[in-house]
Amino acid sequence: MGAGHAHRLYRHGHSPVHGLPPHTKLAAVFTFVVVVVSTPREAMWAFGLYAVLLGVVARYARVPVGFLLKRLLIEVPFVAFAVLMPFVAEGGRVDVLGLSLSVNGLWGAWNVLAKGTLGVAASVLLASTTELRELLLGLQRLKLPPLLVQIASFMIRYGDVITDEMRRMRIARESRGFEARGVRHWGVLAKSAGALFIRSYERGERVHLAMVSRGYTGTMPVIDEVTATRAQWSYAFALPFAALVVCLLGWFL
Amino acid sequence: MTPSLEVAGLAFAYPDGHQALFGVDFGIGRGERVALLGPNGAGKTTLVLHLNGILSGGAGTVTVAGLPVNRRNMAEIRRKVGIVFQDPDDQLFMPTVREDVAFGPAAAGLRGPELEERVDRALAQVGMGAFKDRPPHHLSFGQRRRVAVATVLAMEPEILVLDEPSSNLDPASRRELADILRSLDVTVLMVTHDLPYALELCPRSLILSDGVIAADGPTADLLADDALMRAHRLELPFGFDPRSVTMGA
Repeated sequence: MGAGHAHRLYRHGHSPVHGLPPHTKLAAVFTFVVVVVSTPREAMWAFGLYAVLLGVVARYARVPVGFLLKRLLIEVPFVAFAVLMPFVAEGGRVDVLGLSLSVNGLWGAWNVLAKGTLGVAASVLLASTTELRELLLGLQRLKLPPLLVQIASFMIRYGDVITDEMRRMRIARESRGFEARGVRHWGVLAKSAGALFIRSYERGERVHLAMVSRGYTGTMPVIDEVTATRAQWSYAFALPFAALVVCLLGWFL
Repeated sequence: MTPSLEVAGLAFAYPDGHQALFGVDFGIGRGERVALLGPNGAGKTTLVLHLNGILSGGAGTVTVAGLPVNRRNMAEIRRKVGIVFQDPDDQLFMPTVREDVAFGPAAAGLRGPELEERVDRALAQVGMGAFKDRPPHHLSFGQRRRVAVATVLAMEPEILVLDEPSSNLDPASRRELADILRSLDVTVLMVTHDLPYALELCPRSLILSDGVIAADGPTADLLADDALMRAHRLELPFGFDPRSVTMGA
């Protein structure tokens, strides 16, 4: 395995955005998304401005546009629903290229598409400038329930271990001549999944034992304190603050 | 001088009625390296889990550096008894090596530069200082085993308990780990099936069989006693003769 230890979503760099404390970035992205979602859908120009704002952040973070667009593809399955809306929604109709579309549906689709894309783009920017481990520290700092943070961190730590176990089980199955070819073989796959669950459960017990042996009493000890200065907070909140101005203009213009 | 570990009359039955230990007695002096040998199912793991109070409730007592293992002393006991489990993937549960090594001391309340220094020292002892910021799952098995030892050393334990330390290691990693263990100035109890490894590292051995200590003596003498070995399902690897091994210092 050697090098390349960071997660695929992360893009290593030393930009000002990379350097911000994780909890300020998390809070800023969350606020940005809330502001975007509360913008009236009729203010189309506002969404354009939001996109420009994100573009500026991406530039500061030195995240190339191509990288960002590629990561945005994850949104595709979720917007399939938005594409259907103009066809199925009720209300007044309008003819576009010979198709009769619902006006309400079109607005609805635009709403979902624009807000969804901006939200995903902001999250992609966050993920590509913040390491997973840092994100966890940030969540911890923002006082997310510690149990949730612990579950997330164990998921990251043991994801590979369990995938590897799954791979070994598959190789063992195939080495004995098994090939999943149809419904009749689902039983075998289901049993493998069950076995994997039990193995993971038992590993969980062993890990817990190892933790208790080193003094674990239910809360994770604080190893890295993340702190932010006032300047860092205001720097991180430049994005949601600018967005808020746009949003208010959207409501009052 | 108080011994590092004293076990007296320890008996234990699991809730399902299976009795694993039937009155175990032994003591380990400070700085000793002792191997605990025994066939599968002899109760070795059950015994180990008693040493830091994870299992309790049977008869008998366990005393670590003069401190009895009980609910009131539990935090102190877990700091004093460092257990290295067999599968390093169970032992290393934090996102990076550094955080994993820091876990124990941080749980004991250490913070800041003091914590950092403890981590660096423990990693240096096992020669893994350069891997501080790596995630554990990207290390080789031998490296992971060494980090697992460091996670426990960082707690500055009174006694280091190793469960099958040589399992799954290639000969080079096995030798490296032996060098590390020999270089440590700490009491060691090593649970193992690997008899040559026990002979190499531990001047004294205990044989646990059917829930009791069946023998206690110099490792070389025990391994050379064919009748004793056979009686407790212990077998030397093919071609290995403990009488022909000359031990260094």
